[in-house]
Amino acid sequence: MKTYKGRVIAPGTVTAEAVVSHVGFNTLASLQGALQFGDKKATCGDQNNPDLHGKELAGKALCLPQTIGSTTGGLVIYCACAMGRQPACMLFSKPIDSLAAAGSILASVWCPDIQMPVIDSLGDEFLNEVKDGMKITVHEDGTVTAE
Amino acid sequence: MAMKLTPVEQGLLDGAKGEVMAKVMKTLVMYGEAFGAEKMVPVTSKYNHLVTSFGLKMMTPVFQLMQQLIDAGAISGQEFSVDPRPVDPNVPANFLQKLIFNKIMYASQDSYEAQLEKLGLMNDDAFTCACYLDQVGNRPEKGEVLSWAESSAVVYANSVLGARCNRNSGIMDIMGSIAGYVPYFGLLTDEGRRATWVIRVETTKKPEAQLLGSAIGMKVMEDVPYIMGMERWLGRELNDEVCAYLKDFGAATASNGAVGLYHIAGLTPEAVEQGEALIAEGAQEFVITDAVLEETKRNYPVMWKNPDAQPKLCFVGCPHMSLQQLKDWTVAVEEGLAASGQKKVLIPTVFTTAPAVKKEFEQTEYAARLAKTGVILSYICPLMYMNNPLCKSMPVMTSSNKLRTYTTARYYTEAEILEKITKGGRA
Repeated sequence: MKTYKGRVIAPGTVTAEAVVSHVGFNTLASLQGALQFGDKKATCGDQNNPDLHGKELAGKALCLPQTIGSTTGGLVIYCACAMGRQPACMLFSKPIDSLAAAGSILASVWCPDIQMPVIDSLGDEFLNEVKDGMKITVHEDGTVTAE
Repeated sequence: MAMKLTPVEQGLLDGAKGEVMAKVMKTLVMYGEAFGAEKMVPVTSKYNHLVTSFGLKMMTPVFQLMQQLIDAGAISGQEFSVDPRPVDPNVPANFLQKLIFNKIMYASQDSYEAQLEKLGLMNDDAFTCACYLDQVGNRPEKGEVLSWAESSAVVYANSVLGARCNRNSGIMDIMGSIAGYVPYFGLLTDEGRRATWVIRVETTKKPEAQLLGSAIGMKVMEDVPYIMGMERWLGRELNDEVCAYLKDFGAATASNGAVGLYHIAGLTPEAVEQGEALIAEGAQEFVITDAVLEETKRNYPVMWKNPDAQPKLCFVGCPHMSLQQLKDWTVAVEEGLAASGQKKVLIPTVFTTAPAVKKEFEQTEYAARLAKTGVILSYICPLMYMNNPLCKSMPVMTSSNKLRTYTTARYYTEAEILEKITKGGRA
């Protein structure tokens, strides 16, 4: 088991299976199709992301460097949360970007019943070492364990 | 770090103007604190720009949130423009597509537009991603603080106009406008506007704007690049042609990466004023050659079911075309058709532009000439048109790297597009 320490953007605790993107996560390209057409598993539709394309994201521990792409990104995260199709948590190796921060904060303030812990600044080592299928546990203080 | 708020800002946060306004302020404060902002600053632009123009079914939670704002009287302090409408009956679509567009996907369009009017929409023509075009009238001044979203508009406002705006998300954009404040961090600050990449363009010909933007965006991601070597291709004047180039270039940097600001040596306003003093210590370097651009294009995945299919539709104008671009393309299409002995384009082709630009274009002699070539002129958002399962199996081509990124549309250079629509030929 390996432990990493990050900064809490949205608090909470959760245990879930990892899915890992080593490239920027394009939120709109990844989730728009799934949200629009009733895919409850939120299958990633981003053709430019070979790590995630075709994989289920809902309920998973989404490990990523940052998000990229359209400024609809934050509202897409907000909608995913409001519709109950969000990842179990979002774990950023880098400092969070403005779009992902907006999405997680909007969900936190305007959908208080939905919990999606968001931790950033976990470091490059985290993203290099975490693999698809690992059991990820997020703790209240921003500590993340992978086993 | 706790943000220092003025008494007025603290009052909003504490509920002086009601519970909903307090949540708006809380959202903005948390947003700022995530980036170490120490204070809020007033939004100083005349108009805002929102990214959410579409009554898409998946956005029901957004409509509900907007209604909360309206019901609480928490409407925008600024009028705003908004991204393009998603549907235009003039754009080719089969029966099934029309059914899906109008009855399923965008069934909430009318009710959402009614919400936008209540929240502060500028006018009925204010639907475009290129709100800064003269005809639209939402063009901020240098140094003004914005609460905009729409990645292509934000990068243009920051880079070409010298305004100050973070890459705000949809919904966060209107929160800043409602409160009248945005948190002070990132691209609002002098430090955040310094370049952490130096890009040296060493190509042997003028690089395709959307390809150059793609290569740079994929390399620098969210960082600020300082680009050298473009003087010989763009000169030192921000004229219509150069601004159109930068519009398309910036959109590609923002969608293929996450660029919110770029500087071009000797051309963009802050680069002209400050020169290489804008480059941060320890900035990384990247050289763009012909080979880099060729490799970038070669690596784009082809998402058509049959890569050799005959294209069924072509979109030019993502982001929306300027008036001069429409005129130039009209002439180019006419010349291409004349050279190939054709009268009309051989692939259904749609040029997209802002409603206000479309109206002005229709007052010129070019409108009839373009119509004669068979090209359709529309105000639609091609991205929203493509955003459905039926289009996934449809071979659509485009000169837009943004459209390529988000849909199954296949990217071609402008010269390749012109060749295909005027002379035909498979992919």
